[in-house]
Amino acid sequence: MRTQSEDALIRVEDLKIHFPVGRSGFWGQHRRFVHAVDGVSFGIIRGETLGLVGESGSGKTTTGRAILRRITPTAGAIHFRGRDITHTKGEALRRLRRHMQLVFQDPYGSLNPRMTVAELVSEPLVVHGSVQSVTEARDRVVALLERCGLPADAAGRYPHAFSGGQRQRIGIARALALEPDFIVADEPVSALDVSIRAQVVNLLQDLQDEQALTYLFIAHDLSVVRHISHRIAIMYAGQVVELADRDAIYANPIHPYTEALLSSVPIPDPPLQRARRRIVLHGEIPDPVKPPPGCRFASRCPLVEDRCRTEAPPLTVRSATHRAACWVR
Amino acid sequence: MSERLLQVDDLQVRFLTRRGVVQAVRDVTFHIDRGETVGLVGESGSGKSVTAQAIMGLTELPGRITGGDVRWKGESLVRGPNAGAELKRVRGNEISMVFQDPMTSLNPVFSVGNQLTEVTRRHLGHSRAQATERAIELLDLVGISNPRQRMKQHPSEFSGGMRQRVLIAMALSCEPELLIADEPTTALDVTIQAQILELLADIQDRLGLSVLLITHDLGVVAGMCDRVCVMYGGRLAEIGPAEDLYAKPAHPYTHGLLESTPRVDEVQPRLVSIDGAPPDLVAPPPGCPFGDRCGWATDRCHSELPEMTRLQEGRSVACWNPFPAA
Repeated sequence: MRTQSEDALIRVEDLKIHFPVGRSGFWGQHRRFVHAVDGVSFGIIRGETLGLVGESGSGKTTTGRAILRRITPTAGAIHFRGRDITHTKGEALRRLRRHMQLVFQDPYGSLNPRMTVAELVSEPLVVHGSVQSVTEARDRVVALLERCGLPADAAGRYPHAFSGGQRQRIGIARALALEPDFIVADEPVSALDVSIRAQVVNLLQDLQDEQALTYLFIAHDLSVVRHISHRIAIMYAGQVVELADRDAIYANPIHPYTEALLSSVPIPDPPLQRARRRIVLHGEIPDPVKPPPGCRFASRCPLVEDRCRTEAPPLTVRSATHRAACWVR
Repeated sequence: MSERLLQVDDLQVRFLTRRGVVQAVRDVTFHIDRGETVGLVGESGSGKSVTAQAIMGLTELPGRITGGDVRWKGESLVRGPNAGAELKRVRGNEISMVFQDPMTSLNPVFSVGNQLTEVTRRHLGHSRAQATERAIELLDLVGISNPRQRMKQHPSEFSGGMRQRVLIAMALSCEPELLIADEPTTALDVTIQAQILELLADIQDRLGLSVLLITHDLGVVAGMCDRVCVMYGGRLAEIGPAEDLYAKPAHPYTHGLLESTPRVDEVQPRLVSIDGAPPDLVAPPPGCPFGDRCGWATDRCHSELPEMTRLQEGRSVACWNPFPAA
């Protein structure tokens, strides 16, 4: 496995993010917290794509935002290029941010409708002072738009004139403007139609090849990540339950949740899909305010044993490229 | 020969907007027999939901059905003096619908029980007690535990998957013969989607009802449907039995859609994409709506609209140069 800490671009250690959600008790003496992320650790190597997969409420987006320092972690550490950035502040944080960018899920809500495409794409350049003149900015914008597959006349138009796929390209051009090392792509294709989705995934892959970009690719199911990720981490209720090389996740899933997640993605092949053994989960996701003491998947797990309900399984090494957190397997 | 329940003929729906007339649905013809599950597949703007709304008489202004017909067991729901009365009789009783968004389809200020009993009290004239018993039975049918207690709860106390179960229960309350499910699982997580699809298949088995499943996901259709109608740019591209259609798509759009759908069971080094974007339906091209994105398009495709043509029994395609079917 290539996760030696020296060449990891990003390293997350025991990350915890708890959001306050009011108080309880007669005097309101107990503060209550949603345990959105609870002890997550992983590394991402330069040039690699780590797929972070989980369903709503699993903490995948919160993890991504925390790495970008848009959310302050409750505990744990984040390292970028070997430097601890968990508590970086002020001007240093601002300088840091140009190296780490975010591509949003919603191509409709994430672009200011009152700004032209040229303004949207050049804004980061201006804010970070990386262009000296208007002509230089214009040249950079034209080059970025062209690279992202947008027509040359796009610069003067407003976001509403573009389709979802094209807007996502604008969002990518904006994220690339400062030539970052690292991009968090938060479900960048979930809102797009299938035929358009492939265009955007291919663009992200081409950009990675050309510019040695490192991605954290967040997704809610296992279909698209298979084609873009080198390694995949599966999150459930705020914790990583399995982390492995891409092919290992699909060929040899260890955690029962990974297995269920895999089996619930329908395959577009009628005889195959009908013959598949599908694992349908029952039961409810645990309350994030009061997570259970044992394995968080215990309430829905088909293989649950007594130990699972009382003791939380650690993420243990199963092979050189595979880690999983399960007592049973 | 099985019994024909629904027949849609040359359906046309247009929306009068400030930008012009949007030709949302053009010349759509298909049918549903008793006990059958038909998938209506298409991407955003393909006209699949508008078709469903037209069948249910739910076309909202500025939309109007401007041509064609929808017949239920031979009676028109669109034209003729009795169409209005017929629609009122059928809708909610014999045909019912499940919508996409379980978060907004329930009224947040009334309890779930209140909303469930309203249906049978109104449609079947049940008394309060009868309706309550029926609602409990239905919640049990869709796999909600403790139905008697959960009846008293409000929608906010239900998760997304549970709300979708409630909506399915509501749609089933008058024992419909056809259930139209418009993207019933799109807003849900994948593991919850698997639960709801299993529930739909199970209910269909037990009650023998017909289902029109509207979705953008070819995978969902593969597991559920007997026949598939593929829509593109407001028109039907292809109709056929699911297995044939997936194994040998005749329309280049179906082919492209299948190619570009990422699969969990195999690695493609690179996803195949369909370049370009769907046509603007205010001014659709004179030829095939897919012409501009089609790798096999000829001059004829750009100038002449291909009609649905029969390839073999139960299999039709609207394309001038279809791929040979089986």
